Amino acid sequence: MSIPLPVFVAVPLVTAFLLPIFGERGKRIATLLANLATASLLGLAIAVIGKSGVYEIGNWSIPLGINLVLDGLSSLMLLVIGTVGTAAMLFSARYMEQYTAKAKYLSLFLLMIAGMNGVVLSGDIFNLFVFLEIASIASYALVGFGCGAEELEAAFKYMVLGSIASIFVLFAVGLVYGNTGSLNMAYIGKAIQASGLNLGLTFALSLFIAGFSLKAALVPFHAWLPDAHPSAPAPISAMLSGVLIKTLGVYALARILFNVFGISLHTGWILVILGLTSMVAGAFLALGQWDLKRLLAYSSISQIGYVVLGIGLGGLILARGGNPAWASLALLGGLFHLANHSVYKSLLFLTSGSVEMSTGTRDMRKMGGLGGKLPFTRAACTVASASVAGVPPFSGFWSKLILVIAAVQAHFIWVAAVIVFVSLCTLIMYLKVQRHVFLGELPKTLKQIREHRGAMVVAMISLACLCILMCLLVIIPSLRSSILDPAVKALVDGLEYSTKVIGTQ
Amino acid sequence: MIDGMKGMTVIVKTISSWVKLLIFLFGIYIVLFGHLTPGGGFAGGIILASSYVLLMFAYGREFVEANLPLGLASKLDSVGAFLFALVAILGFAFGGAFFANFLYQNYLPGESLRLISAGTIPLSNIAIGLKVGASLFLIILTLSICCHYEAGSEEPNDDEE
Amino acid sequence: MLYALCFLLFMIGLYCAITKKNMVKIVIGIMVMEYAVNLFLIMLGYRTNGIAPIIGKGDLNPETGQVLSSFINGSVDPLPQALVLTSIVISLGSLALMISLCIRIYGKYRTFDITKIRRLRG
Repeated sequence: MSIPLPVFVAVPLVTAFLLPIFGERGKRIATLLANLATASLLGLAIAVIGKSGVYEIGNWSIPLGINLVLDGLSSLMLLVIGTVGTAAMLFSARYMEQYTAKAKYLSLFLLMIAGMNGVVLSGDIFNLFVFLEIASIASYALVGFGCGAEELEAAFKYMVLGSIASIFVLFAVGLVYGNTGSLNMAYIGKAIQASGLNLGLTFALSLFIAGFSLKAALVPFHAWLPDAHPSAPAPISAMLSGVLIKTLGVYALARILFNVFGISLHTGWILVILGLTSMVAGAFLALGQWDLKRLLAYSSISQIGYVVLGIGLGGLILARGGNPAWASLALLGGLFHLANHSVYKSLLFLTSGSVEMSTGTRDMRKMGGLGGKLPFTRAACTVASASVAGVPPFSGFWSKLILVIAAVQAHFIWVAAVIVFVSLCTLIMYLKVQRHVFLGELPKTLKQIREHRGAMVVAMISLACLCILMCLLVIIPSLRSSILDPAVKALVDGLEYSTKVIGTQ
Repeated sequence: MIDGMKGMTVIVKTISSWVKLLIFLFGIYIVLFGHLTPGGGFAGGIILASSYVLLMFAYGREFVEANLPLGLASKLDSVGAFLFALVAILGFAFGGAFFANFLYQNYLPGESLRLISAGTIPLSNIAIGLKVGASLFLIILTLSICCHYEAGSEEPNDDEE
Repeated sequence: MLYALCFLLFMIGLYCAITKKNMVKIVIGIMVMEYAVNLFLIMLGYRTNGIAPIIGKGDLNPETGQVLSSFINGSVDPLPQALVLTSIVISLGSLALMISLCIRIYGKYRTFDITKIRRLRG
């Protein structure tokens, strides 16, 4: 009995379509149902840890039909999506009361989750494109959800760049189909192994890299992110920054480059350079920001750079024929940083939402001394800031440490230096947040504010606890071997993917 | 044009009131015979929606809204999508896999190239037709509302296979 | 040759989406790109004088039940058609969303010129 993988897509999709039936009157039921759906997704994601399998939709065997593939990497991504989705949904139960049309918001949210789960599970490049579009269209609508002038402007910018990225991906899918005669990733991998890259496939590869980098907001392609992420409602910023850019960008890029085309020196270098430029540019741009959420958005670019750098470094070592142990260490660092970043960045966005809801502004110059007024928010924000800056006991430290060790061992001393340097910049950035938001003098205008308790605080505190506990993922060997190691192995194996998928049917 | 948005001339109104039924029937035909002839849920749904859009152009928005209120259309939209998912889940329950064509395999093989054949495919077509028709109608209606005053825009969501 | 023309269409769309200042023209550019890709997909599966890819009774080998190779070599490829259908649906959805965004932005700013819509900076 194979695992019924389509539930990961079916549960949020069915719930999303059920919600509008309740209409505006059944808001409570709708909220409850949506929370149940995300929580059950998290439960399902925990249940499939360590398992792997192939699912054929409609009993059509794979060269003919569509298949869903679960392996270590997908399982890790499902877990991340489930965690952040649950927390953000819990947070929005209270936060979204200030907007109208909550049922529509909830169903768009669930559609986005359905699309992301589909991207992660899909074993077929066209299906990947379809799910990518479902998630993207839902996110375009969610960015513009507030319907203010700035939100709409940001949504339009995001939408134009996002659509161009999607069209690039679709073009690449067409080119791959024309050159290999298959849409299934496993069969494409086999065909490319047999024939090698020709001109069309190289062009398709570059289109894939451009398209997914646009979705992941790596630096030359990052223009939409600093506008889109701050404009969305806070739980959506958490989802966008926390998981959307990783699923649609980094995951898809890693999957295509490692498992379908096979990593080569060129693609490895491209990833490393993209990662480094994003890290440095994102950090410098973030330092000058006064808008709280904008600062967080730029910091996301810089942190995504770490993830891509880790993955690219691992690929580079693999392609050079270096020691696979160091390659998997670099990949481990990248993927662990991905999981870490999704937790603490979504937590930071949630806290920024709490601050914004209480004070009504996002400008850090108008804040100050909020630590006494918003104790829970402040605690959560401190934990998350310490994590993102890499202060030792917190999770961010471990992933950066692993990346540095891997870079030094692979004789990329300068890469290690850049990692440490950007980490310092991040520390400065978050000290600035602490200083201007939570410490200092309370302005007169903000004397009357109070913290919004309830579901929002629960969501923030649970993510903060998770943030502290994340380091156990690498320290405890049994946890590491069940969650992170299979994900690393899925990438290290590279083109073995096709034999695994075709062999296990 | 006598009074602005209230519609077009009497010729257009008369012709469109005759034609709308034909268009609607043609849409139903395309949906039902989707598994046999070119067409199917998506094309048929668009034809269904276009009959209402024609009415909207001829008679003005208020007339159409009285005929098919926004809330009802929105519910139809959800019901269509839900039915489509239901077909998939029934396939899981009876056929062992999502989207398994359980009717064709076990219960109702039918005769090929007849109306009742191909198992669950006509059912999915009907669901998609409902979904696409309702959502396209909603999209065009809300776009026309948006032109005049601020209102929530319907999100387009696609689940066509 | 045809593929080159298709690629040219794609580039025209990209050029339009990147350089034009009117929002509606940007949307048109994106749609031109979309349709160039759709055209490309259709051309992948097209075969001159091809037959419809529906297996009738006459197309099966009477002894083995296998599909005749003359049918396989003569019929057009149905898969790209399914892909194009799906991608048309998706582009319809994103077109509707883009147009409604345009209308709403026009309602807020009273202009379609993106150089004048610059409230976000940095």
